[in-house]
Order: sequence, then C-alpha cells, then structure tokens
Amino acid sequence: MNHLLQQQLIDVAYIVAVTLFVLALKWLSSPATAKHGVLAGEFGAFLAVTATLCDYQIIEYRWIIVALVVGAIVGVPLGLVPMTAVPQRTALSHAFGALAAAMIGIAEYYVRIPHLTKFEMVEIAMEVIIGSLTFTGSLIAAGKLQEVLPQRPITYRGQNIVSLSVLGAAVLIALWLMFHPESSRLFPVMVGVSLVFGVMLVTPIGGADMPTVISLLNSYAGLSAALLGFVLNNKVLVVAGALDGSSGFILSVIMCKAMNRSFTNVMFGAFGQVQASSAAAQEERTVRSATAEEAAAILGAASSVVIVPGYGMAVAQAQHKVRELFDVLTKKGIDVKFGIHPVAGRMPGHMNVLLAEADIPYDRLFDMDAINPEFPQTDAVLIIGANDVTNPAAKTDQGSPIYGMPILEVDKAHTVMVIKRSMNPGFAGIDNPLYYEDKTLMLFGDAKGFVGDIVRELTGGGH
Amino acid sequence: MTFDLINCLYVFVLAGFIGFEVIRRVSPLLHTPLMSLTNALDAIVVVAAIIIAGRHDTTLSTVLGAVAVAAAFSNMVGGFLITDRMLRMFKLSKAKKP
Repeated sequence: MNHLLQQQLIDVAYIVAVTLFVLALKWLSSPATAKHGVLAGEFGAFLAVTATLCDYQIIEYRWIIVALVVGAIVGVPLGLVPMTAVPQRTALSHAFGALAAAMIGIAEYYVRIPHLTKFEMVEIAMEVIIGSLTFTGSLIAAGKLQEVLPQRPITYRGQNIVSLSVLGAAVLIALWLMFHPESSRLFPVMVGVSLVFGVMLVTPIGGADMPTVISLLNSYAGLSAALLGFVLNNKVLVVAGALDGSSGFILSVIMCKAMNRSFTNVMFGAFGQVQASSAAAQEERTVRSATAEEAAAILGAASSVVIVPGYGMAVAQAQHKVRELFDVLTKKGIDVKFGIHPVAGRMPGHMNVLLAEADIPYDRLFDMDAINPEFPQTDAVLIIGANDVTNPAAKTDQGSPIYGMPILEVDKAHTVMVIKRSMNPGFAGIDNPLYYEDKTLMLFGDAKGFVGDIVRELTGGGH
Repeated sequence: MTFDLINCLYVFVLAGFIGFEVIRRVSPLLHTPLMSLTNALDAIVVVAAIIIAGRHDTTLSTVLGAVAVAAAFSNMVGGFLITDRMLRMFKLSKAKKP
C-alpha cells in the first residue's frame, strides 16, 4: 500500500473518530443515553489508535508496546478509585494529559530545530508553556484534594507580582526563541520556568475553590492538546482539544457563577483564609437543638422533605444511611427530593455521583434552579454537611464575604434541620445566621450516626 | 505552512462552537462524568505520541514519546473506565407513580 493512500485511510479513521467524539458528548445530555456516549467515545478512540499504529512512519514498535502496557497498568487502578476520590483522580488525569502534550511538543522542537519557522516556534512554545504549567498545577491541585498538601491557601506578600513575573519570563523566552529558534539552551529554561509557574498558580488557591480550579485546568489541558494539533497539523487533536477546552471553560464559568466570583478573584484572591473581622459583631445568640427522636417525628409528619447534602456528608461516609432515610420516608408516602448546589462536592457534579453511588434515583436529584421555587411548599429541610451554600447572609448581608452567591433558599421552608458536629463555622470560615432562626433545629452529632438514629426512630426499631 | 495554520484555526473555531453548543446541553447531573469523558477523549494525543515514539528520530524523542504514550494511554483507559462506572450508577426510581 503506498504512503499517500495509507495516510488518507488514517485520515478517514480520524474523521470517523471525531464524529463519534461529538456524538459521545451529545449523548451525555441525558442519563438515559449517556451510556451510548461512552461506547461511542471508546470506539472512536480505538479506531484512531488502531489506524495510527498502521502508520508507515513507525519503524520501531517495542517502546510503543511497553508504553501502552505501562499506561494500561497505571490507568486501570485510576479508573477504579472510589467515587469520593474522583476529584483528585481527575486532577491527576489533567496532569497526565498535559504531561503527554508537553513531552510531544518538546520532542518535536528538538527533532525539527534546524528548520523551524517563526509560526511553528510560536505554536510549540505556547503549547509547551501551557502543557508544563498545567502539569504541575494539576499535580498541586491533586495533592490538595488528596490532602497530602495543605488545603488552606498558601500566600505571601507580593505573591501575584512574583507569579506574574515568572509567567512573563516564560513568555519572554518564548519570544526570544521565536526569533532565534536555534538557542536550544534556552528551551529547557522556558520549560522549567513554566513548571514553576504552574506550582505558583495553584498553591495560593484554597480547597473551597477546587471545583473552579479543576475545571480551569481541564480547559488548559484541552487547550494544550489543541495547540499540539496545530504543531503537528493533526486535526483530530485540534477537535478533541477544542471539545475538552470548551467543556472545561463552560464548567469553570458555571462554578464561578455558583460562587459569585470572577476568574481573577478565584485565581488571585486567595479565598478561604480565616476571616479575621466579623468576630466583633458576634453577640450571644441562642440556637435550638433537637434529638433524633424529635427530628424523626418532624420528618415522619411532613408530606414533603428536601434533603440538602454537602461535602461534609461524603466526609462522614453518610451517603448510604441517607439512602436508608430516603427509602423509609418514601415508603411512608412522603415526597423526598434532594437539593444540590453546583459546588456541593469537590468538582462539578460530584454530589450527584456520590448520591447515585448510594443508589438514590437520579430523578430525585434537583439542581439549585429547579429546587429553589419548591422550598416555600416544603415542610421540612434536612441539611447534612452543607453550610455556606445555605447561608442567607449571601442574600441579605452586604458585608458578608459570600454576599451575592446564589444559595439554596432553605430558609423559606417550614422547618429547617441541620446536622452538624458543632457550631464551628464552615470551610470558608463564615458564620451562618440560618442556625439562629426560630424555624431552625440544630441536630448536633456525626452525620452518619445521626441519620442512622433517625432511621431507627422512623422504623420503630428504637422501642 | 501558514496554510496549515489557517486550516487548523478553522477546525479549532468550529469545533469550539460545536463543543460549546453540545456541552451546554449536558445535564448538570452528569458534569463529573462529562469531565472524565472529555478527559478520555483528550487522551487522543496518544496518536501523536505513538508516531513520535515509533519514528525513532533520536533517542530523546523516542523516550519523550514513550512517556507521552504511557501518560496519555493511562488517561484513555482510566477515563473511559471511570466514566462507564459512574454512568452505571445513575438509575431512575422504580416506576410506581400514584
């Protein structure tokens, strides 16, 4: 088979693969068709990889096979992590994707170095800078999510200026290389500086902002793949990168809106530091607390219940107890819904996955816009491990750091119950006036244990 | 060479629009599987890595290519696997509407 014909056949395989990729994403529009989406994606990827393996340019298969085996050995355990670990797994996979893109860009530079045009040099430099900073940035994000690195933002004076100068240095080297592509000693410096910038980019960002950061890094990883497609004139990479990039971008916009923050504020604002002020305004306020028996009585007498889960529920591993509660209440004919804030988990959509894993049917999961109009007709709200996303100060108190953030309007319901370990403020260190309202009952205890007690009361097992 | 660049820009802009329109319609329920699926699709950079690792231009490019193949392929395998696992968990309530 001659080379031109072979190349054309590979291109046809790529076009089919790209079509399947778009269909895969289209089918994700509903959980009913989503499974076809994965199949389409898998088939497209298989087709593209198989076609590439037949390429005439390949003269040596040994390292490819070794690397594919290593990739599978690493990839399979990463595909089997528990659902609570999905955010750090995702951050790690952004790191791997960016690493691959950066490595290929670096290899291309050294292979082509004597014949590089200005355009090609710019493409390679941009690709390698973005790939490198995404690699280290994602590693730091994964470390924070895995809690091997401190979650609190790490900051120092003049941090933003230092960070931006480092990025500026990388860009300057890239510009120099554009006019002098042969200065190959500067190329590794550019890579090193970009790697350092990636670290500096993510260390000042607090754990609460991780949903945005993951989405943003997702977008960068896609962009680096697309730029690699420019370097290699490979359209399948351009399309896959553009799809990944726009997906990450859309998700970061959704996350920013959900916290009423701008990109710049997330990246440079070092949110999540201990709130020093506002302590003066604190007077002695009383809260009403209740026992599991009382909580069970209220839930049992309700006709509609909304459960608001937060990441605290997942930390306490209470999902399965919550499912039992859902089952018991549903069996009594009570209408139970789940109200899910976009930033309820550690990454976009994370809470839905955690609840789905606990066998809670997805037609009972409602996002913020769908559930908010329901609260005035709701008899009882049970908040488990969520705090800031229910804080009415976001709507009323202009001085609050979360003022303007869209919240779940639980304070409109008839009764609100909050399971909480103690009165300590939440992740962002902000006090929640909801807890002092007359309609609010505090249920102090461990989420898993307390929900278990309520279930036992409701099933009459306690007596 | 600039012709290739323009060509790629066309593809990039159009694919970006398609991505935007398609992904905007993805149910917020499925945003986590969306991210792991796009991750697996993005791992298609493995095809470029395979060429570099197999072309054997220099030892350096082969080593870099092989590392890239391993990194990208682990994303592809892991990404599809976890997306499939997650989607299997999403079930409707057993139909017993009053």
